[in-house]
Amino acid sequence: MPDNGASQAKPAPSTTNGAAAETKRQRVRMLISALGMLPVLLILCIGFHFLSEGRFFTGQNLGIVLQQAAVNTVLAAGMTFVILTGGIDLSVGSILAASAMAGLTLSKLPELGMLWLPVSVLTGLGFGIVNGALIALLRLPPFIVTLGSLTAVRGLARLLGADTTVFNPSIPYAFIGNGSLTLIPGVASIPWLSVIALLVIFVSWLVLRRTVLGVHIYAVGGNESAARLAGIKVWAVLIFVYGISGLFAGLGGAMQAARLYAANGLQLGQSYELDAITAVILGGTSFVGGIGSIWGTLIGALIIAVLSNGLILIGVSDIWQYVIKGLVIIGAVALDRYRLQGSART
Amino acid sequence: MNDPILEMRGVSKTFFGIKALRTVDLTVYAGEIHALMGENGAGKSTLMKILSGAYRPDPGGEIRIEGHPVRIEGPLGGRAAGISIIYQELSLAPNLSVAENIYLGREISRAGLLARSTMREGVGPILKRLGADFLPSTLVAHLSMGQRQLVEIARALHARSKILIMDEPTTSLSAAESERLFALIRQLRSEGLAIIYISHRMDEVYALGDRVTVLRDGRLVGSLDKPDIRADTIVRLMVGRDVSSFYKKDHDPGAGRGHPVLAAIDMADGHRVKGCSLTVHAGEVVGLAGLIGAGRTELAHLIIGASARTSGRLELEGRPIDIRTPGAALEAGIAYLTEDRKALGLFLDMSCLDNINLAVLGRDAKLGWVLDRDKGRERADRAFAGLSIRAASVGVPAGGLSGGNQQKVLLSRLLAIAPKVLILDEPTRGVDVGAKSEIYSIIDNLAKVGTAILVISSDLPEIIGICDRVIVMRAGHIAGEVARGPHSPLTQEDIMALATGMEHLDA
Repeated sequence: MPDNGASQAKPAPSTTNGAAAETKRQRVRMLISALGMLPVLLILCIGFHFLSEGRFFTGQNLGIVLQQAAVNTVLAAGMTFVILTGGIDLSVGSILAASAMAGLTLSKLPELGMLWLPVSVLTGLGFGIVNGALIALLRLPPFIVTLGSLTAVRGLARLLGADTTVFNPSIPYAFIGNGSLTLIPGVASIPWLSVIALLVIFVSWLVLRRTVLGVHIYAVGGNESAARLAGIKVWAVLIFVYGISGLFAGLGGAMQAARLYAANGLQLGQSYELDAITAVILGGTSFVGGIGSIWGTLIGALIIAVLSNGLILIGVSDIWQYVIKGLVIIGAVALDRYRLQGSART
Repeated sequence: MNDPILEMRGVSKTFFGIKALRTVDLTVYAGEIHALMGENGAGKSTLMKILSGAYRPDPGGEIRIEGHPVRIEGPLGGRAAGISIIYQELSLAPNLSVAENIYLGREISRAGLLARSTMREGVGPILKRLGADFLPSTLVAHLSMGQRQLVEIARALHARSKILIMDEPTTSLSAAESERLFALIRQLRSEGLAIIYISHRMDEVYALGDRVTVLRDGRLVGSLDKPDIRADTIVRLMVGRDVSSFYKKDHDPGAGRGHPVLAAIDMADGHRVKGCSLTVHAGEVVGLAGLIGAGRTELAHLIIGASARTSGRLELEGRPIDIRTPGAALEAGIAYLTEDRKALGLFLDMSCLDNINLAVLGRDAKLGWVLDRDKGRERADRAFAGLSIRAASVGVPAGGLSGGNQQKVLLSRLLAIAPKVLILDEPTRGVDVGAKSEIYSIIDNLAKVGTAILVISSDLPEIIGICDRVIVMRAGHIAGEVARGPHSPLTQEDIMALATGMEHLDA
């Protein structure tokens, strides 16, 4: 207890000041969580632009960044659904590889070749539903289930191509991997991969914010027991989120296959799950579930792509890129902690 | 009496401009059991946290221990000053042994290695003094709740505490364990310890208290000595007005009560509920009383399908109905307000709007799935106005609201489905006095429009104040029913006799 003299004069004003400071602090916190990592993204872009002597903000380079971000954005969108329920999906890289292998293998069949794209996507959906069923119906921890399928599905991906690289130089729909959608002829165009990624983000936003299912996803992540008592079919929500994560991983596989005209069960999609998780966490989605937005995820994915692109532009060695990206992940989790402390919990 | 061991003079505590404690004076003597009573939010826990060092009091007050002014700072401050607190939720590490728990934070080591045997020997005499029937090397996980409490007390004695604060210590104890605890508390009193005993249970305060101090709205409103300790005096001090005007019961099913709405027949879960039947009529408020652990919440969970039943069936308005999930119960019109709104009810990070609409999102939705945000907004606005929920807007997270407002948000969610049956589990727990009386009016109004209401409550004055009749549970069975007659009001004694299985609690 401080002595009486110092505090005698100010009990009343100090409490009102305290309350005012508290509301101000809350306002700053709300601003931070609304803007999220957007300022970081802008600062990175501008910083790289100057460090690279003006080579960042060029039409060509921005196209490359968007294209590089596309597949991770799609995976991260699915991961956002999963993490919003308080879960995790470690298997997306493997599912991506297996879906690409399944699609490419099918694309070589003359009659069914055109079906390769939906088959890729559905392969991903199938694996995702298996994950979801194990988690929702057998009540196994998501980390364990998807760690298992990370390994098992990787094995299946290798089996699909007899552990070789499958090529198809004349794969149908190859334009989605390498073509661009012309916005203004000769002036502006946007890679199809990026168009798909933005569509995925938009659809995810619709589901999360405009449907009953979206509210249920947030509810399950916020308080699973309360969700069950409130009459929400928690098992159905869980199967949906792992299903959609698998589906987006399958779509990512199709995007990769169309871009590369080839897939290798061993190498494709290795450790993609880490980039996807990083994007979600950078985007402000809380690891414990219930808090987060899909727009944050988009910004998170762009930050990762800008970081990779910018570090190459300014000539940072491959080895240092790993170190810097790793530190970014840790910094993101530290931010997550801060955000949780700031949120109104009593 | 001898000199006071603890004196608090003019102790206040302010949180963000709100006075949680206002110049409280408290004097406690060695060798006395000092009961501290008050409603939730009256300031008991704030007072305790000041004594334990978790909170710093506002400048201006003074705390003296054995006549010397002290400053209690930090979590170890209380213990250093000779004060130990035994919380409702015990703070033991179940994966460690009894001795390790008692020495936690002050382990004895030799050359950097734990001296386990020395520690075991060190706690031996204390355990013997407390009459413990377990060994220092036993893992705490293997002990019953009563035994764990002994470990907590042993820890306090081992730290040479002179003042022991116990917060609702019998909440999770069986009757036999509680009796043993009381004997031990009396023994500690005779050994010269000062015991501050916090409890809501009048019978315990009668049995133990040498003095009772009552807090209300952060103020000390009265101290009673042993001969003056009487239930009505204490309740009047706690509530601050006459009890009869506090509870609201205008509805009167009387002789012409409605048709039976909910009938539960022979419900059992093979564990805590052993064959219970009850009926609730339209426009009737039925109390479900009983001691903690009697199986009341478990019975409610069976009715709404939140847990699996081994036997029993339900009838809704005379027709058999099969309810296996809480979702099915809501669809049938049976709504359940959980006793633990933070863990099982609200979504603290979600807006009040979403919390209120959660149960009817599907019904309101366009095209089956697309949220109808206008409808949701209207419903939330209506709930805010109708139940006078106080928050900055319907968009703020529910976690930021006060207990009473949170409860009203949760209640709004249930009312959105226009339930035929409303089961309220401890509806006013952790709710301030003002919101309490508002919740009583809401219950009363729902009964007037014909809702069948079952209220589970451990607060006997509340049950007596708002219910038409009271069903009492004991050890998983329905022990009996107490009805309100024209000339025979419900009494605490009748209910407690059924709840405890005793003829009379006190004369």
